[in-house]
Amino acid sequence: MAGLKDATAIVGIGQTAFGKQLPENEKTLACRAILAALDDAGIAPSEVDAFASYTMEETDEVEVAKAVGAGDVTFFSKVGFGGGGSCATVAHLAAAVATGQASVGVAWRSRKRGSGPRPWKNTTVQLPTPAQWTRPYGLLRPADEIAMLARRYMHEYGATRDHLFNIALACRNRANQNPAAMMYERPLTRDMYMTARMISEPLCLFDNCLETDGALACVIVSAERARDCRQKPVYVHSVAQGLPSQHHGMVNYWNDDPLTGPAWTAARHLWKQADFGPDDVDVAQIYDAFTPLIPLSLEGYGFCGRGEGGAFTEGGALEIGGRLPLNTGGGGLSEAYVHGFNLINEGVKQLRGISTAQVPGAGTCLVTAGEGVPTSALLLRGA
Amino acid sequence: MTESEICYLSPVIDDDGAPFWRYAAQSQLRMQACASPACGELRFPPRPCCPHCGSFESEWRLMSGRGRIWSYVVPHPPLLPAYAAVAPYNAIIVELADAPRIRLVGNLVASADAALNSVDPGRLRIGAKVQVVFTDVDGVTMPRWVLERP
Ligand SMILES: [Zn+2]
Repeated sequence: MAGLKDATAIVGIGQTAFGKQLPENEKTLACRAILAALDDAGIAPSEVDAFASYTMEETDEVEVAKAVGAGDVTFFSKVGFGGGGSCATVAHLAAAVATGQASVGVAWRSRKRGSGPRPWKNTTVQLPTPAQWTRPYGLLRPADEIAMLARRYMHEYGATRDHLFNIALACRNRANQNPAAMMYERPLTRDMYMTARMISEPLCLFDNCLETDGALACVIVSAERARDCRQKPVYVHSVAQGLPSQHHGMVNYWNDDPLTGPAWTAARHLWKQADFGPDDVDVAQIYDAFTPLIPLSLEGYGFCGRGEGGAFTEGGALEIGGRLPLNTGGGGLSEAYVHGFNLINEGVKQLRGISTAQVPGAGTCLVTAGEGVPTSALLLRGA
Repeated sequence: MTESEICYLSPVIDDDGAPFWRYAAQSQLRMQACASPACGELRFPPRPCCPHCGSFESEWRLMSGRGRIWSYVVPHPPLLPAYAAVAPYNAIIVELADAPRIRLVGNLVASADAALNSVDPGRLRIGAKVQVVFTDVDGVTMPRWVLERP
């Protein structure tokens, strides 16, 4: 099988400012991020012939293509399930470029979550099946749904709030090094964490991602073309999507093993195609809408055994210099919550060697999309 | 705040789930099971066909109404108004005694008609034995749960 291994590369990344109340609308933010990514790549907008984004993206490809001055578009794709779609946008474009359906692909996500309404407050869309089995009982928000799994996980495996704090702290520490992060110059302490207000016990304020306005984009071309681009290519080494047997989304309570989420399915496919394994990953950008997604993902992607994800976070393992530096831009917890797209761009920065929290000599990076929903993942490799 | 906003959310019932709610209205906890004699597997949430054998035949089997708490959360605001009014309350998952892999989201209450915050959160325990009770909420009969040993 020829496959996608190293057949394409990310050659441009772009982003807007991140904030709680950005004045510009989502379409404008999307265009800014896309044009910045193309400029970074040194590719003219008229050469773009492929787009990929999320089904929850408000700016559609027609509007975006028209606004930025794209050429004839021959491939477009939208991936469902919110934050589960982030890495799949790159995967779809890599497949399109590798199979000759397009030559220059742009993936993007633009969102005004910081100033807009909270999605869970829209009761008209949340009550049909399967929400009839959960919402009336007051399990209203993604935080409540994940907290339910977190409580069970802590009970079964002895994970603690200290473990969850280790995750929040690692992300915050990296954001404190990243001037673009919403939590730049806002340190977190254990005392702040342990005394924070609860959102859905056992999860407190700092176990939850930020609410952010902002947009990001990246540009994908063939590996051959990437060699002539302005920036050092970052190869798309392996890609995967994952929707496990019996999966039920965030309310995975009806699965035989509710704590085995989509990460396991995506990981099996991801590693099967890769030339290296979890031990060879230099830095990881793991989807962190909620802190408990990290231990579950560490287990799912094979960095440790079942039930060991909490203990894995001990001893600074997720910090720079640790066993697996995590979310080096600050992640969704402390840089920006733009449905995980910032994790993709941060992975590219690491492999270019330009992160604000650079892991020395980083050559491989795992990027994941939302665990707890049908998900996706990328293994990126530096040139 | 309008009148509709201070009500709890009512289930929007689909074709597959309708029998569950019809039986609940008769104070019965029934689960969908495959009606193929060779299979008979329970499934939840309800769906058109059996993931084990593909049969479209189903029946609704009466459960004992006993279970154990598999997990629980205690939500705090920001929440929808009706829920914020009783926060912090509990939402629990009950694993049915008759079918350990069938898990229902619900609420632990002091008695059928008591408020969602009527049990001290300190009394919530994974593994605690519970029993189903039924109550009317805005015209829909909802299953709720009480501790077997209050
Ligand atoms: Zn069957």
